Amino acid sequence: MTQETNLSGRVALVTGGLRGIGLASVQKLQALGATVYATDLETEDKLPELIGDLAAQIHYIKANVAEEADWQACIAQIEKEQGRLDILVNNAGVDCVSPVEEMAFEDWRRIMSINVDGVFLGVKTATPLLAKTGAQTPAGSSIINISSIMGKIGYPDTSAYNAGKGAVKLFSKAIAIEFATKRTPIRVNSVHPGFIRTPLFDKGMQRMVDQGVAESIDDLVAVLSEATPNGRMGTPDEIANAIAFLASDDSSYMTGSEVVVDGGWTAQ
Amino acid sequence: MTIELNNVVAVVTGASGGIGKAVCAAMTAAGAQVIATDIAEPVAGQEPVAQDFLTHDVTDAKAWEKIAQYVEEKFGRLDALVNVAGMSVVDSIEGTSLESWRKLYAVNVESMLIGHQIMLPLLKKGGEARASGAAIVNFSSIAGQRGAAFNAAYCSSKGAVKIFSKSAAIEFAALGYNIRVNTIHPGGVKTPMLEAIVNTYLEQGTIESAQQAYDGIVADHPIGRLGEAEDLGGGVVYLCSEAASFVTGAELNIDGGFTAV
Repeated sequence: MTQETNLSGRVALVTGGLRGIGLASVQKLQALGATVYATDLETEDKLPELIGDLAAQIHYIKANVAEEADWQACIAQIEKEQGRLDILVNNAGVDCVSPVEEMAFEDWRRIMSINVDGVFLGVKTATPLLAKTGAQTPAGSSIINISSIMGKIGYPDTSAYNAGKGAVKLFSKAIAIEFATKRTPIRVNSVHPGFIRTPLFDKGMQRMVDQGVAESIDDLVAVLSEATPNGRMGTPDEIANAIAFLASDDSSYMTGSEVVVDGGWTAQ
Repeated sequence: MTIELNNVVAVVTGASGGIGKAVCAAMTAAGAQVIATDIAEPVAGQEPVAQDFLTHDVTDAKAWEKIAQYVEEKFGRLDALVNVAGMSVVDSIEGTSLESWRKLYAVNVESMLIGHQIMLPLLKKGGEARASGAAIVNFSSIAGQRGAAFNAAYCSSKGAVKIFSKSAAIEFAALGYNIRVNTIHPGGVKTPMLEAIVNTYLEQGTIESAQQAYDGIVADHPIGRLGEAEDLGGGVVYLCSEAASFVTGAELNIDGGFTAV
């Protein structure tokens, strides 16, 4: 065990890496010494505007996680350039707020294609390279799938998001067991953030403001902070810390676990 | 680097046991000043890696007060309390005496109440000193999440630790104490306690050989091996560090996939 959480020499891939939790993870893994690839939907010329100086310190691949061909190209590029992949963070995700009877089937399918198909395709495509790399490190490679407290408990008007995140949780356990029993050197765990202040969160809250649910995003933040046992929302960095722990050899005996980072929300 | 424990003052109970010793070593390596406690004096040459060692019966409030007094005088605050001390009873429900049940509950559960009560003033000060809060880490077990034959007392006590910890997490947050409380749930770990459990199975005739028992336990862990005590240190360090500042009331499973099945 290192206690240093040192990731030098390791190669990581973070999907949805330009904003929120994905961006914080890219920063953290890079700061800990890993060579980091980020994917997102933006064209590469937008990077300096979106992530500033970090743009020059990471590798970026424009890829849609719901497209199998994008995944194949992405993993092929990493294999060609680095010859290894140690860490896969399946972070890309979208939300959807709607009463179930009003939800368009196409919206449901869109959520599932990004939040669930995207994780499946990532694991499927990256597994050969992760397995090859994992055989060379003491604790194996690490897949970290970003679920949510919404993958553990229900919430009104977010059924598609709940269903998708619940799927990510159990998909993670299933492949953790599958790999472990076959002695494939890849650990798989899920992270379950509570309410975290991210651009995705603000977008969702703005929609609620537009629908007249509240007067401002700040009002909604105050309500959610109040409802969180420790009295505040979390930061993307606090989720990135859990991701860094699971990415490191310090979590060598953890696979199929759920790491909850929610200020006590689901302890209630 | 945020997963470190520089300047953290920590008390680790059960520090002479397999897991406790590994926890002390990991926390010390991460920069913490560790006060190791145990009811048993460490075996000579196998002392836990720590600043100090104090003898400590976790069922005895007076013993806790002595620990608190020592920490108060030396450091004036406590940043991390790691409750590893625990015991197991392996017996059928029909065969379990109320006496042994109560003994186990005193060690595994009552110690939670007494320990939290007595260390709270020092932990509050620790919480004031660190933005990410003071941290309590209570050792539950996969046995606190799943039942097991001939382990009703142990499993139920570890379930109590789990929910006590969640309640403490919410209560301390509600009261505005900056103290996070979380549980760790190890799977089967190669320790003297596990050896004792296997020996009990042998004596009771539940199994034919120790090897059969270990093979069975390993088979329940998809990762294909028993845990080593050293596998648990990283989780404790994470939960006690600033990296876990938004983590409270959570369960951290370090179990080689046992509960994912």
